[in-house]
Amino acid sequence: MYKNIGLLILATSLAACVTINIYFPAAAAEKAADKIIDEVWQLKDGKKVPVDNPTVAPSEKPVEAPVEVPAK
Amino acid sequence: MKKLLLSFVFASMILANSWANAAADLEVNTPAISAIKASMQKRHNQLSPFYASGAIGLTQDGLIAVKDASAVPLKDRGGLNGLVSAENADRAKLYKEIATGNGHPEWQGDVQNTFAARWIDKAQSGWFYQNAGAWVKK
Repeated sequence: MYKNIGLLILATSLAACVTINIYFPAAAAEKAADKIIDEVWQLKDGKKVPVDNPTVAPSEKPVEAPVEVPAK
Repeated sequence: MKKLLLSFVFASMILANSWANAAADLEVNTPAISAIKASMQKRHNQLSPFYASGAIGLTQDGLIAVKDASAVPLKDRGGLNGLVSAENADRAKLYKEIATGNGHPEWQGDVQNTFAARWIDKAQSGWFYQNAGAWVKK
């Protein structure tokens, strides 16, 4: 009887391990891809490639800047 | 006694679950991957203007291809082809290294497909990518 339960435990643990390793971890792969692409294309680390800046840059006045003063 | 064994079964299931979570991250910091990344990062400075001019674009399979060689002066076309094949060689190596580095060489195709979608998603507007065989401007 106990032998059977022992076998069951072994089977469940093995099944769990096999399940983990067979399937492709799509979400993890996306995360890894994003990280690598950000590095290769230098999209983050404050080194953004200034290609599409000209369309953003010519905003006349920094109107919103003074609003950020912390209320004490 | 039976209860004890049953709780052990549950405990082992919970443990297995936490292994699953631990395994949910892909290892991408191997020396081989870092070397490929550095090489690609360096090459990107040269490729960047070609993406912007539409001379090259992103393919559906996670590589790049020459889209319009006429966007490049004749004298630079040889160099462009060399850059594209070097980039594709690095990308293929990268996908392979991620799969093998995580103990699953058979994941290479899945890794490549994942990257294909992410490159296009992160591409700057104005760049070209392939969709169902046709070039599309982002």
